[in-house]
Amino acid sequence: MITLGDYLIVSGILFVIGFAGVMLRRNLIIILMSLELMLNAANLSLVAFSRFRVDSTGLPNYDVQVFVFFIITVAAAEVAVGLAIIVALYRARQTTDVKDISSLKF
Amino acid sequence: MSPFLFWIFALLTLIFGAAVVINRNPVASAMSLVVSFLGLAALFMSLNAYFIGIIQVLVYTGAVMVLFLFIIMLLDLRAEEGRQINWLASAGGLAVALILLGQIFSVVGHLTIAHKAFPPLPGSTIDDVRNIGAALFGNYNLPFQIVGVLVLVATIGVVLLSKRQPR
Repeated sequence: MITLGDYLIVSGILFVIGFAGVMLRRNLIIILMSLELMLNAANLSLVAFSRFRVDSTGLPNYDVQVFVFFIITVAAAEVAVGLAIIVALYRARQTTDVKDISSLKF
Repeated sequence: MSPFLFWIFALLTLIFGAAVVINRNPVASAMSLVVSFLGLAALFMSLNAYFIGIIQVLVYTGAVMVLFLFIIMLLDLRAEEGRQINWLASAGGLAVALILLGQIFSVVGHLTIAHKAFPPLPGSTIDDVRNIGAALFGNYNLPFQIVGVLVLVATIGVVLLSKRQPR
């Protein structure tokens, strides 16, 4: 039998994988991908809670799913802006490695 | 959904999620992320959130990952594969991540509702899209329109950022 805790554990492990990616990798594009993993882990736990907290009619809590919808929209906009910044950075410095981008002004 | 299918898709999501971090080649990372997101969409559908699952496939594995692959190929990022790894910093980052993992396990383990099964739904099929649409255009109409403005601002921002500055 699958419980709420199983989904929360999977979501937690996925979040930690994304977190480890942000901590360990130095390629900006991989860091952005790891951020996406973390956002999706949060979405998974939100949807699991939405299914768990049924309302008086017995349906899942749809307020939470609307919230997940907003998160997905904002994440897509964030990826577009982030990748545009990476492209602009690559044009200026010819690198996407965070080790090479250590000065505040150039 | 049967527990067997749940664990299959959960393992798929987690293994390919780990492959995103482990792979040295950015294109391989992006392809692993696609598989991971597909597994996650299956998990959403196992929670009877069909609309969210479809949106996940359309937006993430469709639009966002194509954008990632496009940028990776545009920048031609093969040069940095053979770089030296700073083992001390890596061990520190891994230690922080493992501490967070232990914290999450401990919190979920102590949560009493985490050991309960999901309550049954009234029917075998639920009108998922209609209910989300009613909530989105009724109760959450103002946030919905604000998100529309946000997407517009993001579009304009991306165009401005990627325009070549005159020197």
